[in-house]
Amino acid sequence: MTTHLASPPTTGIQLSGLTKSFRSPDGPVHAVRGIDISIAPGETVALLGPNGAGKTTTIDMMLGLLPPDSGTVTLFGMTPPQAIATGAVGAMLQSGAVLRDLSVRELVDMMGSLYPKPLAVDETLELCGISDIAARKTHRLSGGQSQRVRFAVALVSNPDLLVLDEPTVAMDVEARRDFWATMRTFTSRGKTVVFATHYLEEADSYADRIILLAQGRVVADGPATEIKATVGMRTIRATLPDADIPALEALPGVTNVETRGEAVILNCSDSDGALRALLPAFTAARDIEVSGAGLEEAFLQLTSDDDTSDDDTGDDDTGDGPDVEAAALDDSEMTR
Amino acid sequence: MNATYVRYELLRLSRNKRFFFFSLGFPLVLYLVIAGSNKKQVLDMGSFSLKFPLYYMVGMASYGAMIAAIAGGARIAAERSTGWNRQLRLTPLRPSVYFGTKVFTSYLMALISIALLYVAGISYGVSIELARWFEMTGLILIGLAPFVALGVLAGHLLTVDSMGPALGGGSAFFGFLGGQWFPLPNHGFLHVLGECIPSYWLTQASHVGIGGNAWGITGWIVIGVWTAAASVLAAWAYRRDTQRV
Repeated sequence: MTTHLASPPTTGIQLSGLTKSFRSPDGPVHAVRGIDISIAPGETVALLGPNGAGKTTTIDMMLGLLPPDSGTVTLFGMTPPQAIATGAVGAMLQSGAVLRDLSVRELVDMMGSLYPKPLAVDETLELCGISDIAARKTHRLSGGQSQRVRFAVALVSNPDLLVLDEPTVAMDVEARRDFWATMRTFTSRGKTVVFATHYLEEADSYADRIILLAQGRVVADGPATEIKATVGMRTIRATLPDADIPALEALPGVTNVETRGEAVILNCSDSDGALRALLPAFTAARDIEVSGAGLEEAFLQLTSDDDTSDDDTGDDDTGDGPDVEAAALDDSEMTR
Repeated sequence: MNATYVRYELLRLSRNKRFFFFSLGFPLVLYLVIAGSNKKQVLDMGSFSLKFPLYYMVGMASYGAMIAAIAGGARIAAERSTGWNRQLRLTPLRPSVYFGTKVFTSYLMALISIALLYVAGISYGVSIELARWFEMTGLILIGLAPFVALGVLAGHLLTVDSMGPALGGGSAFFGFLGGQWFPLPNHGFLHVLGECIPSYWLTQASHVGIGGNAWGITGWIVIGVWTAAASVLAAWAYRRDTQRV
């Protein structure tokens, strides 16, 4: 491969028709059932989904660590190994990856030395907020500290594509905020970032685009705000004695209505529209609250839509396994 | 070669005190104690006689070097268990450099083990012609090649938990069948089996120091075949070893 990526690449990341199954004592587990994703250079994309959605499996295939059963991956027009060989890829995987018997600075320096155009070690330590523990041995770090060191190891490579698998899992609130502040500095340099998370807030705040995965499929893909509207079903709660339920259900943007004593709860696909219509029509409504529904409920709603056509016979990408299979597949439990 | 990477590998090696102690200290202490308590003993080998410290030194040199070479695998297994190996694969580090560094550090450990035993032997009054020292050492280093490869293979195939028994069992198997523990009969099934095992030739290499002959064609073939087979298997194990451990 002679192409050397001095300037930001023009073609991005393509995942086409990816599928992957694992054997298990209870029959095959379809971790990924046909994923097509196209990411432009410079985008920051969140892979959002609950445990077992196929996020880690997808990332492993994207990085060439796991061969897909079918489908292809190209990174900047190259295969994953080719892209990795040019130093275009940096990654923070889910587990471990802190080598013993070195200090933090030595580890970061060693990793940087493997890449053609690494960041300076001091700059990396500074960015990751670990300058103060630079001399500490890597096996004497707290969980949050080693998470930052792992981030530094990924960042020092100064890659065109940075892949992060649940990067903030062991971090407290403050560390999480610092982490994303660092990420902003990094993405402002025109880098492509793909990160997996199961926090909607994180995906919403830091990604340009959210790809929602559930049971090994892409169930939604779009700008963060749009996905949040889809996923983030809102509810309007109001005190409204003797309410006319059918009239409330007929309001624009309302999907259904529940009552709790004197209160009504409107589940809305468009809470703004519903609220505009509610106020003039029901002037008695008071104590009005608008709130977002949790991500878990949203997932349940999105994924329950395509559960009706289950058949667990095929390994092909259209074959639907029973829900329990995907649900039982905790990311941490998947081996070969 | 990436000098920074190799330098840090060596630094890590030097900081792993327990690894140092058990792979280098064990044969050395064994030698100092056993040869030290039999310093004056002379072994009657039929047509010639041998001073015990010399006989035991060459035997321990080949056994200790073998253990040091195989033990490189334990380090690999430990690195894999933290997911480090997966991380390393996402860097532009070429597999040839990765393997080269592992082979280099294994050989370095073996060489230190041999040197320590030579020094201990000399302190017990062992003397060998200079040319024989070199011939013996050179042959031992060549004979280590299959064991270095077997170590890398085991490191990529086994987990940290299974590494202990595997190393113990492996070195006992090779130590016994190779005649490193005690001499094997000169004929019969055990002898024929021994000749097919690389540790037998490692023992023969060490016997150059006590007047034995260098390998004949059989020795070169056995060492060559084992090295090639173990290297191919090690490369295969490395390639398939991309998944979470």
